[in-house]
Amino acid sequence: MLLLALDTATPAVTVALHDGERVLASDTQVDARRHGELLLPAVDKLLTGAGLALADVTGVVVGVGPGPYTGLRVGLMTADTFGFALGVPVHGVCTLDGLAYASDLGPDAGPFVVATDARRKEVYWGLYADSRTPLSGPAVDRPADLADRVAGLPAVGAGALLYPETFADARAPEHVSAAALASVAAERLAAGEELLPPRPLYLRRPDAQVPKNYKVVTPK
Amino acid sequence: MADHRDEPLVLGIETSCDETGVGIVHGTTLLADAVASSVDEHARFGGVVPEVASRAHLEAMVATIERALTDAGVKARDLDGIAVTAGPGLAGALLVGVTAAKAYAYALGKPLYGVNHLASHICVDQLEHGRLPEPTMALLVSGGHSSLLLSSDITSDVRPLGATIDDAAGEAFDKIARVLQLGFPGGPVIDRLAREGDPEAIAFPRGLTGPRDAAYDFSFSGLKTAVARWIEAKRAAGEEIPVRDVAASFQEAVVDVLTRKAVRACKDEGVDHLMIGGGVAANSRLRALAEERCERAGIRLRVPRPGLCTDNGAMVAALGAEMVARNRAASDWQLSADSSLPVTETHVPGDAHLHPHPHSHAHSHDHVHETAKDNLYS
Ligand SMILES: [Zn+2]
Repeated sequence: MLLLALDTATPAVTVALHDGERVLASDTQVDARRHGELLLPAVDKLLTGAGLALADVTGVVVGVGPGPYTGLRVGLMTADTFGFALGVPVHGVCTLDGLAYASDLGPDAGPFVVATDARRKEVYWGLYADSRTPLSGPAVDRPADLADRVAGLPAVGAGALLYPETFADARAPEHVSAAALASVAAERLAAGEELLPPRPLYLRRPDAQVPKNYKVVTPK
Repeated sequence: MADHRDEPLVLGIETSCDETGVGIVHGTTLLADAVASSVDEHARFGGVVPEVASRAHLEAMVATIERALTDAGVKARDLDGIAVTAGPGLAGALLVGVTAAKAYAYALGKPLYGVNHLASHICVDQLEHGRLPEPTMALLVSGGHSSLLLSSDITSDVRPLGATIDDAAGEAFDKIARVLQLGFPGGPVIDRLAREGDPEAIAFPRGLTGPRDAAYDFSFSGLKTAVARWIEAKRAAGEEIPVRDVAASFQEAVVDVLTRKAVRACKDEGVDHLMIGGGVAANSRLRALAEERCERAGIRLRVPRPGLCTDNGAMVAALGAEMVARNRAASDWQLSADSSLPVTETHVPGDAHLHPHPHSHAHSHDHVHETAKDNLYS
């Protein structure tokens, strides 16, 4: 088994190779505005560095968000196309599950929150029983509206670090890593669990804003 | 004549607006032209909503590639290259296509060609009428562009002679259709109604046709307003709107200016043929008037069939095949979408950001790249 994992749902452009037992290699670059440029060169470098080729990959793992749409689609479109070209399955994993997995909160730490930056003064968030068990979410909300539900709980992710008034006990990691995402997928596949379809979790409807050059020009 | 054994087999991907297009060509022969359109999803907004278009591209892409391969009856491994629209267009929509093309080219081990959408609109005519004469005069008219372009080599030299200074011609059609409550898009329905109307019923203004106006630039904003005003005045007076006459007279004003300027450009530059492309080139009156005026001026007219005038993947594949045939440098894996790629950048070769473009000249400008990137993630 050789899994290629990638995630572009947070400012990180992150890729990893996993053989079903362990992470073979991984790479993460943080640049919120250049997912499209950085992802494919990162995949190429990762494979070359490991002495492998894309044709060796037996499955693709992709973070399905939630995350800012433009960047999120880069990962999904890449995974989707790889899956098609190679004839291998594409497994979706919620990006927040990857962050939960990578948190250094041990299995006995009790419930905690994962929150990423959803922009527009909102966070994408989910509640976890432990690093492998989602309790609720993902959802998108204003931090202030969550205060009651997350009070006293540790929280990981850039969304938590961004709003300390809501998330008093905020911690690293800030962004998801494909290594963690691959590990989540490998464990779930080994346990015979169903993974998510490789479709983006947008959580919001598109803004039905007509572009400027189509605006109504009523005569004065 | 061209040696068919050596003609490149290229797959092209187009996502600059609301059509997910995948085409496959063999040199100048069209093998497949698969299109998935999200136009119905935009209709209620009266225009293309970028986020809706981007979502639709992602969903439709792989199935559309698959359909193109099946239609063409070719194996992906036999392709000589993957071409994709790198710009101009809607930033987020372009990025979906560029991402898919990069992943597909990488997975297949094929060269990647990021190409210019406008040059593709011109090059598509090779699939219909054979090799483009050099130089070629092209009039591109659609919802997004209205330009007069002169190209001596479609892979490396496209010179803008003129362009719209405000709205694109196709936008004017959409806007007038909206004022007349005919729905979106406006082009086809206005064309249909105009056939039953009198093009001389109302004298609408011809923008930028005065003696001191720029010879090759266009302006449709004033016309748009004049038509809307005329309609509103009738409505205010409680009179019935002669929809067919308004459609015919408005359409006549648009195509009169377009063809007049295009024919003049041909004469001024000594070019004896004219190519018309873009969605508005599907307009029957534009075709008829262009034919009439070209004939009178001794100019040969080349207009692809309507399906190849609107945005599609075949046009991108056609230009990609030309890039391969002329040994143009491939793009690299860092290729990004550029929503305001200048028309002079016919393609985006891999070392574009290290060296100046080998064919760039006074007309190229790259001032908009930073804003383009801001748009992309806003
Ligand atoms: Zn176009």
